[in-house]
Amino acid sequence: MKALYSLFLVFALAAFALVGAGALGMEKAFGLYIPFLAVAVFVVGFCMRIVDWGKSAVPFSIPTTCGQQESLPWIKQNTIENPSTTGGVVMRMMLEVLLFRSLFRNTKVDLHEGTKVTYGSSKWLWLGALAFHYSFLVIVLRHLRFFTEPVPGLIAGIESMDAILQIGAPTLYLTNVVFVAAVTYLFIRRVVVPQVRYISLVQDYFPLFLIMGIALSGIFMRYFAKVDIISVKQLAMGLVTFSWVVPEGIGVMFYIHMFLVSVLLAYFPLSKLMHMGGVFLSPTRNMNCASRKFRHVNPWKFENVHYHTYEEYEDEFREKMVEKDLPVDKPLAEGAE
Amino acid sequence: MSDLPRPEALFANIDYTPPKADWMDVPVDIKPGRYCYAANPESVKYLDLPNAHKWNPLDDDWGLPANWQEIIFNGLRERLHKYRSFKIFMDICVRCGACADKCHFFIGSGDPKNMPVLRAELLRSVYRGEFTTFGKIMGRFVGGRKLTPDVLKEWWYYFFQCSECRRCSVFCPYGIDTAEVTIIGRELLNLLGLNIDWIATPVANCYRTGNHLGIQPHALIDMIDFFCDDIEDITGIRPEPSFNKKGADILFVTPSGDVFADPGTYTCMGYLMLFEYLKREYGLDVTWSTYASEGGNFGFFTSHETMKRLNSKMYMEADRLGVKWILGGECGHMWRVVHQYMDTLNGPDFQAARMEVPSNPITGTVFKNAASTKMVHIAEFTADLIKHGKLNLDKKRNANIHLTWHDSCNTARGMGLLEEPRFVAKSVVEKFTDMPEGTIREQTFCCGGGAGLNAGENDELRMMGGLPRANAVKYVHEKHGVNMLGCVCAIDRAVLPNSMAYWVPEVSVCGLHELVANALVFPGEKERETDLRGEDLPGMEDE
Repeated sequence: MKALYSLFLVFALAAFALVGAGALGMEKAFGLYIPFLAVAVFVVGFCMRIVDWGKSAVPFSIPTTCGQQESLPWIKQNTIENPSTTGGVVMRMMLEVLLFRSLFRNTKVDLHEGTKVTYGSSKWLWLGALAFHYSFLVIVLRHLRFFTEPVPGLIAGIESMDAILQIGAPTLYLTNVVFVAAVTYLFIRRVVVPQVRYISLVQDYFPLFLIMGIALSGIFMRYFAKVDIISVKQLAMGLVTFSWVVPEGIGVMFYIHMFLVSVLLAYFPLSKLMHMGGVFLSPTRNMNCASRKFRHVNPWKFENVHYHTYEEYEDEFREKMVEKDLPVDKPLAEGAE
Repeated sequence: MSDLPRPEALFANIDYTPPKADWMDVPVDIKPGRYCYAANPESVKYLDLPNAHKWNPLDDDWGLPANWQEIIFNGLRERLHKYRSFKIFMDICVRCGACADKCHFFIGSGDPKNMPVLRAELLRSVYRGEFTTFGKIMGRFVGGRKLTPDVLKEWWYYFFQCSECRRCSVFCPYGIDTAEVTIIGRELLNLLGLNIDWIATPVANCYRTGNHLGIQPHALIDMIDFFCDDIEDITGIRPEPSFNKKGADILFVTPSGDVFADPGTYTCMGYLMLFEYLKREYGLDVTWSTYASEGGNFGFFTSHETMKRLNSKMYMEADRLGVKWILGGECGHMWRVVHQYMDTLNGPDFQAARMEVPSNPITGTVFKNAASTKMVHIAEFTADLIKHGKLNLDKKRNANIHLTWHDSCNTARGMGLLEEPRFVAKSVVEKFTDMPEGTIREQTFCCGGGAGLNAGENDELRMMGGLPRANAVKYVHEKHGVNMLGCVCAIDRAVLPNSMAYWVPEVSVCGLHELVANALVFPGEKERETDLRGEDLPGMEDE
């Protein structure tokens, strides 16, 4: 049901753009104003969320240690999974952010006869996630060719690498295939794996469908509708140089694509997609693990805490302590008063 | 343990298929065998913690104060601001499900609300529904819900079915740590006086007498004396430990569980023998404290503040006695607190300036890794002694033992103490086999009773949670003939014997320093015939 709601929502959004930019002829709104607004919401919203997280304190040093600690000189420390230097922490974060280190550990539990439990390696989620995020990144970078003139060599290079197979005209981008496959996998997994389906919310399906909608509308434009690229670039360049123009005859599919991207951008800061920023701030990963070597200072204080002091303790137990020849700070006679 | 089903039956009942109904529509059903009794109000009162009252989890009415929702909301708001971990973990989970089958309580029970992600969603849904704009407007549609008495009961039931072992956080791509969520969740419940007694009463005891078991100073001396008698019988050597001694070099603090129950007592005898050896051979002056006679810290399972109050005694006592540094015994969550919290919590307030960076005068080793906290783990300490050849050890005395090693969750994932105990163990036993990868080191499984859940009344839960650990032990038992499970945690030594008796009855449980003491050869000792347990040593069996 939640998946259907989400699918319906994405269709409704596409239909909204279809009617708005197509039938009602509001190309300016869908080509310029809404995308501009969406980018603004994204940038401001993203920053606000990060600042909001930053305002919360980090009172304790609570990294999850995933390897041997730094201790005696002859015991080999795992300097990345249990780092005691800033360099080590940076390495750990890079592995996490760039290669999804933790997800790579994934296993799957199975029960067998004879009260036996096994844990099998399960790398598909890691692979799917990696394929999804990296192809998304390449696609975003490729799109920068619409917003730059002249197109920087790096971006042109990425584009030609992506089209290296030279299949069809316009040439097929590898990332398009990988991306659609990865999104499909992430969706199917969410529906098919019973535990994952059980925990899934509308906010888990919605971004998947939205991203799929963006991908399919883009693919349709490039390979089938064959949108006039020159006009698209004119519009995009206008957006970034603030000399806003809407060229004639780009076709409604382009506006649907733009609108879905705008929705994604505006939705981003409000949603779980913020894991993109949050992963950098996670205290279980980005802190130095040598917490007995360096004192971590808590920025706030516990107020009005009562402690049970030794004096109070001795006052209560002095007689019994003396009886067992335990040393006491005050002699018995004094305390017995 | 009369109502407990047989292992085969319990295992056969594990079903990973979630119910048809949405989890928000499955009402909480508090099952006997899976929950712990409510806190004794006297214990809560002794610590001046809020809303001490008598209540029963099985009753409809939990005797909540009229403004209980306001208390929770204010508490939640405050903690979102004070703990970035908590705030981020509320916001960024993508529900990928990687953590789902990593929890020992889920693996053993199949209850979907024991999946770490869903345990966190219990709280996250209220955060969404009551604190975020999206959630306030769209409610259930975006996974938000209101805080009702049933939701509160669900929190209580499942936050006390998490042992804060952090295994899930190892697998989470963002490091989301359910322990943080559970810790804060329990803190909120404590604002309403809803603790469990297996935590609240030990905490009150510890506050008053210095240890969880409420052992008063004279009784502690009696118990240690009793161990010394046993040691004298077995070895001919009588340890003369010192207590509350001003001017000693080192203060030793260990969990009181080791003084109280087998097999921890043998580990305690091990400490006594090691210190006696070091005193006789090298003149090392170690003292015990009756005031700070608890290494463990059940305050950690109550609230950060309670943890601070109990932990403060270690530095205060080190200051009063004028010791150079503190040596800590074998305990799991104690070391999570010592390694990751102690210096921050109490260092600035109570650590005496005259304390020194720990160094071992016998080997000359400086424990630079403990430079700020000034507390060393006894496995680090003993490993250093053995590496420098300072202990005369005879492995043959442990020849009957084929050991495997249980990495305790807190020392593994909240510290990284992995090789030190293995080095010590391999130096004192002949046969050592690790359990399979994926069940040890940072991926180790909880014993099933951590974070204050080792009560008697929740035995079914403990056996379910103990399954993954026991299953790995069973594997090395059947394949390699392992007959002993070693560990550096007092909770483990209390929980694992039951779990082994249930799942793998052929395997016993021991602490590290029990093995060390069995192998330790004192100059002038009599020929030993038995180990510390009174069992015949290899080659000493009756004809």
